[in-house]
Amino acid sequence: MELEKRDRVTGRMTTGHEWNGIEELETPIPRLVFYFLGATILFSVICWVLYPTWPLGSTFTKGLTGFDQRNLVTEQVARADAERAAAWAGKVEAMSYAEIEADPALMEPVREAGRTLFVDNCAACHGVNATGGPGFPNLTAKSWLWGGEPEAIEETIKVGINSTNDDTRVSQMMAFGRDGVLAAAQISDVVTYVRSLSGAEGDAARMEAGKEVFAANCVACHGDDAKGSHDVGAPDLTDHFWIYGGDTSSVYTSVYSGRQGHMPHWDTRLSPLQVKLLTLYVHTLDGAPN
Amino acid sequence: MKEFFHRKIERNAIGFVVAIVAVASIGGFIEIAPLFTIHETVEEAPDMRTYTPLELAGRNIYIREGCYACHSQMIRTLRDEVERYGPYSLAVESKYDHPMLWGSKRTGPDLARLGEKYSDAWHVAHLINPRDVVPESVMPKYGWLMRNELRIDDLGEHLVAQQAVGVPYTSEMVDNAVQDARGQAAPDTDAASAVAERYGEATHVRAFDGDPSRLTEMDALVAYLQILGKLTDKANQQAAAVEVEEQ
Repeated sequence: MELEKRDRVTGRMTTGHEWNGIEELETPIPRLVFYFLGATILFSVICWVLYPTWPLGSTFTKGLTGFDQRNLVTEQVARADAERAAAWAGKVEAMSYAEIEADPALMEPVREAGRTLFVDNCAACHGVNATGGPGFPNLTAKSWLWGGEPEAIEETIKVGINSTNDDTRVSQMMAFGRDGVLAAAQISDVVTYVRSLSGAEGDAARMEAGKEVFAANCVACHGDDAKGSHDVGAPDLTDHFWIYGGDTSSVYTSVYSGRQGHMPHWDTRLSPLQVKLLTLYVHTLDGAPN
Repeated sequence: MKEFFHRKIERNAIGFVVAIVAVASIGGFIEIAPLFTIHETVEEAPDMRTYTPLELAGRNIYIREGCYACHSQMIRTLRDEVERYGPYSLAVESKYDHPMLWGSKRTGPDLARLGEKYSDAWHVAHLINPRDVVPESVMPKYGWLMRNELRIDDLGEHLVAQQAVGVPYTSEMVDNAVQDARGQAAPDTDAASAVAERYGEATHVRAFDGDPSRLTEMDALVAYLQILGKLTDKANQQAAAVEVEEQ
């Protein structure tokens, strides 16, 4: 084996290894790559000094900058809150609902922040445009279960409906069929009557019979005029909005097996300011897609 | 000098093997060493409870269906994540997760604080067909969860396996795993009150899939989803403590 031999073609030295006449050249890595590698090593050494790096049993090297991601994110959130409070959120916290809504300049950031909160938290059930879906109320319909004043909306958001909150709003549509309160024919009658309240056509005799069943069983919650009650979260049956569907079989199912909608409570998940923003957003929804 | 060292070590087989092992073990040591002191570095959460047998069964379904491939369970210490999902995740919150399901990819949203955010009915509708409630969703349908009877006869053994890796299930919990799984989805029964007694009053006891007469895979998965981030309140307490410090 010949060491320190110069290759004739490239002019480089060989390593001295040779296989069946094929020789290996000793080509150094390019200067640029070499210095770059050196720079990255230097960079990591600087980072060891400045930032938390080495584990030392139950603790670790803290670094000269005292950097801590948890503190950083807490600070960032706090700073953003403070900036928002100075710009407009402070006013929102201090003013009443009526005052805020009368101030178009203030309502602009409120609506924007409210929409973000709505999409993050409420849209899964109520839809991105708040138009609801089967089992989840349409919030643009102005057909409120618990009242549409800002204070009522705020309360609903805070405590939820049939939720795990101690002060939750409680609402239960009884299972008139399953629990044997009404016979199948009576349910069909009352369904015909209830659907007629919002203009659906039906057999006149059934409607008449249904009216009596309604008066005997339903008026306690839904009211004599079937306009519902905000005190017990009973829906208005005379409008065109249905939470669980307004066709005969859906209404039949509602009467037969009852309904117990559930809205989670948000008082532990959202701050009072966030609840207020959401309330304003929901209260001023006009049904137009944003 | 360079030439000399290289030649020498390459020609000593045993010495070269020892050198390779020594260098390769540096990486291993750096990964393993922090685990020696993990009991000192993970936060304490005395209020933390274990998964109930039904929730554990739901967790197994979550793993079986590969939910972790599109959903993470780890809120990072970044402002946008904290503002969207809630307080950042703490190590202690995954204490009873074997294996952990932090995930590394988010096609769907993070689920670390999903518990009690939506209603059971929403979860059921969403799992049967996500498009019914979120029209723009790309999540697959999981309708069979509603049809499949949940397998519970082996739940006791699952609890024993968790015990073996350090989850503090008592032998009473193991013995009653099957009844507890049934009880948690059958409110107003003796079995239901027994679950609350064993796992704490805050345990959700509901007919998760809306039908108390059957115990389906849907019951288990929804029970699991509704407890995500709710085993301990530590993360909220920590966030509150930092705020107080600042004021």
